[in-house]
Amino acid sequence: MIDMTELSKKHRSPQAAARLHKRNAAQKRLKYYGILAISLSGLALAILLWSVLGKSAGALTEYQIQMEITLDAELIDRDNIERADFSQLSKDMLSNRFPFVNGRTERRGLFDIISSGAAYELRDLVAKNPNWVGQTIPFDFLASDIADLYFKGAYGQIEPITHRGALTIQRDGESLAFSSSDADFAPLLGNVRARLLARANDHRIEAALQENGRRVFNERGDFVEAAKRKNNRDFELAQAEALEALAAQPDGVFELDQFTASIFLKLGQVWVRVETISSNAGTGKILGDIANGVWEASDWQLLIYNSPPITRKVSDVQAILLETLREQGKVSSGINRHFFTSGDSREPELAGIWGAAVGSFWTMLVTIIFAFFIGVPAAIYLEEFARDNKFTRLVEININNLAAVPSIVFGLLGLSVFIGFMGMQRSSPIVGGMVLGIMTLPVIIIAARAAIKAVPPSIRDGALALGASDLQVSMHHVLPLSMPGILTGTILGMARALGETAPLIMIGMVAFIVDIPDGPTNNATVLPVQIFRWADFPERAFEARTAAAIMVLLAFLFTMNLTAILLRKRFERRW
Amino acid sequence: MKLSILPCLAILLASPAMAREEIRIVGSSTVFPFSSAVAEQFGRNPDFPTPIVEATGSGGGIKLFCSGVGEKYPDIANASRRIKAKEFALCNQNGVTEILEITIGFDGIVIANALWAPRFRLTTEQLTLALAAQGPLPEYWSDIDPSLPAIAIEVLGPPPSSGTRDAFEELVLHQGCKTTDLVACEGISMREDGAYVNAGENDNLIVSKLETNPDALGIFGFSFLDQNYDVIKGASVNGVTPTFDAIASGDYTISRSLFAYVKVAHIGLIPGLEGFITELVSQAASGEEGYLSDKGLIPLDEVQFLQNGNRVKNLTSMTADGLR
Repeated sequence: MIDMTELSKKHRSPQAAARLHKRNAAQKRLKYYGILAISLSGLALAILLWSVLGKSAGALTEYQIQMEITLDAELIDRDNIERADFSQLSKDMLSNRFPFVNGRTERRGLFDIISSGAAYELRDLVAKNPNWVGQTIPFDFLASDIADLYFKGAYGQIEPITHRGALTIQRDGESLAFSSSDADFAPLLGNVRARLLARANDHRIEAALQENGRRVFNERGDFVEAAKRKNNRDFELAQAEALEALAAQPDGVFELDQFTASIFLKLGQVWVRVETISSNAGTGKILGDIANGVWEASDWQLLIYNSPPITRKVSDVQAILLETLREQGKVSSGINRHFFTSGDSREPELAGIWGAAVGSFWTMLVTIIFAFFIGVPAAIYLEEFARDNKFTRLVEININNLAAVPSIVFGLLGLSVFIGFMGMQRSSPIVGGMVLGIMTLPVIIIAARAAIKAVPPSIRDGALALGASDLQVSMHHVLPLSMPGILTGTILGMARALGETAPLIMIGMVAFIVDIPDGPTNNATVLPVQIFRWADFPERAFEARTAAAIMVLLAFLFTMNLTAILLRKRFERRW
Repeated sequence: MKLSILPCLAILLASPAMAREEIRIVGSSTVFPFSSAVAEQFGRNPDFPTPIVEATGSGGGIKLFCSGVGEKYPDIANASRRIKAKEFALCNQNGVTEILEITIGFDGIVIANALWAPRFRLTTEQLTLALAAQGPLPEYWSDIDPSLPAIAIEVLGPPPSSGTRDAFEELVLHQGCKTTDLVACEGISMREDGAYVNAGENDNLIVSKLETNPDALGIFGFSFLDQNYDVIKGASVNGVTPTFDAIASGDYTISRSLFAYVKVAHIGLIPGLEGFITELVSQAASGEEGYLSDKGLIPLDEVQFLQNGNRVKNLTSMTADGLR
């Protein structure tokens, strides 16, 4: 018999207290580690969502420019509307609307403010309403990616600057000489001077590097090379000094270039793009029609576009055109329906996620049919009927190994068996679905076996005792009870398959496919592949679309996981 | 249960390939952005479905292309280099004897760094010294030439599997080694001691890495410089800055031709194939002011452009002459 007082004494000893303290501290530490781990992963998730959400905001809206277009009956054959050249028609409309835009580059810029797909949308609309031919109709032209980014402020903004003087203008063809009664342009010269000094600084840095070279080659005794570097240095220094001298001129006339901020004058509705400027005068190109004369200070505007042309895809002329259209109230924005309803495109403004989402749907349908209806019977057989011998154990080990095989291997299998041997079509969801199905199969078998194993033996025994056959026990009792677990496993396996790209590279689903697939044998691509492809394109506007596509994929995954949780909650049984 | 197996079987039975209606294009991921733009434009006509363009890489694409004649095999292979003699032989062996070679245009390869970082003026020889595994493996740019900035050499570029990398080795290392005694031309390749970093196939990723690392230089296609002038700038090579005009005129030397190989036997077999290649070599697409130049393709000069058009018009097959 243990003496309880002795035991209590032991437990109250200082050693015991120290041990207890240590144990409690360890427990507390474990708790904090857990909290730390969860907060870190939560933080990582929050950063991911925040950055993706932030970037995807730009893809949620799209801009349209409403312009009247005349559907010339001579150019459009009423019986053959689809073959009419609506691209040329749209270009002519733009040229007529902005007759002052001339020169090859500027005209290309003009045509580039609306999407190249807009003309084809117009074509499809007119094809539905053939009686419009011969009329002039207003049409919402989809803004190009450049125009869209400009309206969204991605390239900065044109801002007004205060001025006091009256402006005297003298026109010579398209160019304009102007002078203000005040030194209105003086504040703008800072920008131009800074640019000159920056260029001079570039030359000075290069001169210093050349000087470095001269010194080292001198030390090495290579006087020919040293002399060359000295010449280079002097050349760079001379350039720098010339630029600095130019910047120092108080009354100098400065040329604006690709690297300086752009300056505009706005006389009524007419814009002038400034080319050279001094503190109170300058020259520029007129974009519109204007007469010689004097403009009072309140009638004209001085504007600056602070980002230099080289740093933005939208040119000065394009910015002016877009501003003009915006002032005329022609520009409207709305939800980006192209993104949610179209297939892929090389034009960011036309590119949509719908084609890939439908492709993912067909692929997943084939995957679930393939994986579920092979996986579940296999699990039932292995759990309920198979004898425990060497062969079944070998099968088990292989299934567990298959679950760990890298996914690309399944792609190779699909390439050689389904496409090579069985002659099925490349890029089709049926092949993709079967490859992903094989990949998911072991996951489903393992999950299903675990779920079947979790059904208590008392259920089986009870059913057997009442005279049920083995088949009846499995189909009537075990399978229904294990279904929630099986479904959870299946959905988690499917969620993995949904995010898979590697095996699809092999079977040709990493492709540019514009048409939306009608069924599992059409050519298709899937969501993660679409994200991968868009992330690879150079156009800036694809960045937002990539992020938005990621959000769509995450929404899919979230829905699938939520379904898994709900199923489990709904059908869960406790014994 | 039984009912749900039926659609499964139906799908399986329906799968054997029907007559193919759409053109299939495979090949280089460098040509992919251009090829898909032409495919999209072609698909807008009411007569034919949009061609399917797959990015498999030049080598993988040509291998698929050369596997045989018939609906199962692709009609066009894009490549960011010329077809090799070995590949051409494989094609012939599999019955792909008549191949039409189209030059789509040029692609410049640029060396760029962050906008606020020092400006680099390099020569092919200096690039070779800096990047060749067979060279002196300098640590700083200033080790190569005292007139270069004293910055540790760190160049981000594509991995060995990339066609851009092959082209860079061909156009820079193989040229640069000829003018210096310090690097042997025999078996020259990129150094692998960490100064050259394999930054993956995604050029956008390289651009954003350059943005945050002013000491690093990146190697990628011109279209990515063209879209990102607000954050990066191109280094001049042999005194020429990489601009659209400089690459088009050939003054900027690190540029390569992009090709499309067409299976002549498929013309007539696959609907619209002839129309597609006509679109590909049209003035509106790959011409001087075509929509491909908006996408960053450097157009051919007039003579080459006309030769190209004639080859397509007469369906002149290529020969093995001059292949390597």
